[in-house]
Amino acid sequence: MNRIEKKFQQLKKNKRKAFIAYITAGYPNISVTERLIKEFDRLGVDILELGVPFSDPMADGPVIQDASKAALDKGINLEKIFNLVKRSRASCNIPICLMTYYNPVFCYGEAKFCQKSKSSGVDGVIIPDLPPEEAAGFRKSAAQNNLDTIFLLSPTSSPARIKMISAASKGFIYYVSLTGVTGARKTLPPDICRQVKAIKRYTGKPVCVGFGVSQGLQVKEINRFADGVIVGSAIVKKIKENINQPDLIRKVGSFVAGLKG
Amino acid sequence: MLPDKRGHFGVFGGRFVPETLSYALDELEKVYARAKKDKKFQQELAYYLHEYAGRPTSLYFAKNLSQYLGFKVYLKREDLLHTGAHKINNTLGQGLLARQMKKPRVIAETGAGQHGVATATVAALFGLKCDVYMGEEDIQRQALNVYRMKLLGARVIPVSSGARTLKDAMTEALRDWVTNVRHTHYVIGTVAGPHPYPAMVRDFQSIIGKEARRQILAKEKKLPDYLVACVGGGSNAMGLFYPFFNDKKVKFIGVEAAGLGLRTGKHAATLVCNKIGVLHGAKSNLLEDRFGQVQLTHSISAGLDYPGVGPEHAYYQKIGRAKYFAVTDQEALEAFKLLSQSEGVIPALESAHAIAYLAKMRGKVSKKSLVIVCVSGRGDKDMGIVTENLKL
Repeated sequence: MNRIEKKFQQLKKNKRKAFIAYITAGYPNISVTERLIKEFDRLGVDILELGVPFSDPMADGPVIQDASKAALDKGINLEKIFNLVKRSRASCNIPICLMTYYNPVFCYGEAKFCQKSKSSGVDGVIIPDLPPEEAAGFRKSAAQNNLDTIFLLSPTSSPARIKMISAASKGFIYYVSLTGVTGARKTLPPDICRQVKAIKRYTGKPVCVGFGVSQGLQVKEINRFADGVIVGSAIVKKIKENINQPDLIRKVGSFVAGLKG
Repeated sequence: MLPDKRGHFGVFGGRFVPETLSYALDELEKVYARAKKDKKFQQELAYYLHEYAGRPTSLYFAKNLSQYLGFKVYLKREDLLHTGAHKINNTLGQGLLARQMKKPRVIAETGAGQHGVATATVAALFGLKCDVYMGEEDIQRQALNVYRMKLLGARVIPVSSGARTLKDAMTEALRDWVTNVRHTHYVIGTVAGPHPYPAMVRDFQSIIGKEARRQILAKEKKLPDYLVACVGGGSNAMGLFYPFFNDKKVKFIGVEAAGLGLRTGKHAATLVCNKIGVLHGAKSNLLEDRFGQVQLTHSISAGLDYPGVGPEHAYYQKIGRAKYFAVTDQEALEAFKLLSQSEGVIPALESAHAIAYLAKMRGKVSKKSLVIVCVSGRGDKDMGIVTENLKL
């Protein structure tokens, strides 16, 4: 059993929902990312989603695009991210998922990527542009390395795809709340509840909701019917607002604590 | 028959997209498969290609150029089409499909502006709302086409990310599509992107090769030895090549942009560099660094300034059916002048790359060789950039 599975068992036992925080690796630099991971662990963030910057992030809005570009300009790469996770593992046990586009994985080599993920202490991988149909090889390598492959569902997924993707997903299912790219939205689509319930008709796996979520109230609302919430852009934006501030970690930490409730 | 059911050409192609787009691609695949067999759709498309766009285009024997080169060259004159390039072959097809899918809005990416103009044109014709994504760098260097698109009623949305060229425009168009997918059709302008685009755009463009094949057989009573075309994403080349696929003796040559030279790193010669990657929804050749980050490209021709290429070209290269070479900005400029002054035909800078390769074949192929080169577009749009770079 890996850390993600354990986490959801624990949450279920305590009747709690997962709070999943996304940050872009290497933004604004690796040392801040490392300190943020520790801070999130201390605050009781349930799962950390660590973004692997990519030059052409087609599912991301401006906030994560800019953070990715800034991190790439500073020379972030997969090797450095694996080392970062490995160092973090010395002091914290928070489940870590890498969120990456497919090309960096493909280029690194799927098998090598999965082995390296495992040896560094990564627990799961989310690849928004790799649907299960194209993921046969990747899923095999991931399974061999006890790495969860988290697939995404969206408001436009047909019942047949919900069935297929729920079956393929491991760890949890990532429900994309809206048709669009990542980024904070003031209001979320009214049909999230109905959609999540529709997914739950096909699967007993945890369903977590992401994209657009930026406020504590939204988190609370979604937690009434989903198994967890993912917040990304709002946190990255908070990092940007406090960039170069001596109390960046504390400020971002208190923002995350507020979201988590 | 390629691609396979999931859009694969050997190891290339496929569908690497966010889940939100899956349903739209499924829908498009279904609607297109139906249209392909639907006589009424095909008749309507043929009507517009003929009456509106001006097909068939001529296959012109370039006597003066042939004399200079020492072998026989025919020009496939896509530059004579309405809007000035082959792009309209595809946008008419996709425009009709958008209408069938009852999508009131189309979006497009554009580099040189030719695909943007062709999409805006069809949108005006069929009463669709049209937004075109274009990199800021390209907006500068293809200002005339920007004005044309606006005149046609389209909105041109500047893209300021990355190198501010075609790749970035396509990434931004995909983001728009993910957001507005329910009422928007994305008119991809080349044989790239997720399945079914590479096959569908190829089919719409293969009118080029079908006509050329018929025309050369009528004029020369034999098939050509070489087909030569420029390759950015690769739609005019695939359109010319594909109908000759089974004519094994006909050699295919695709010409990419070597920009300032392959060694400078400032180029767009994706196939020549031959590394595999995944961008914009398909696995193909890709200009990327060691960690899979897509590289910035350079070409004097905005339409070739793209780090990816259609997956079927990657496949053709892999199986040895086609060969790909690259020519520099400078060589393209010289060819631009060569065709203008030898035949009175001013080619687009993209097409000038294909002409430049002919100059390289001079003295290296038999005098009896018969060559068809695709003049994919006309050069009016390039006057600004050529004035700056070519002393007369």
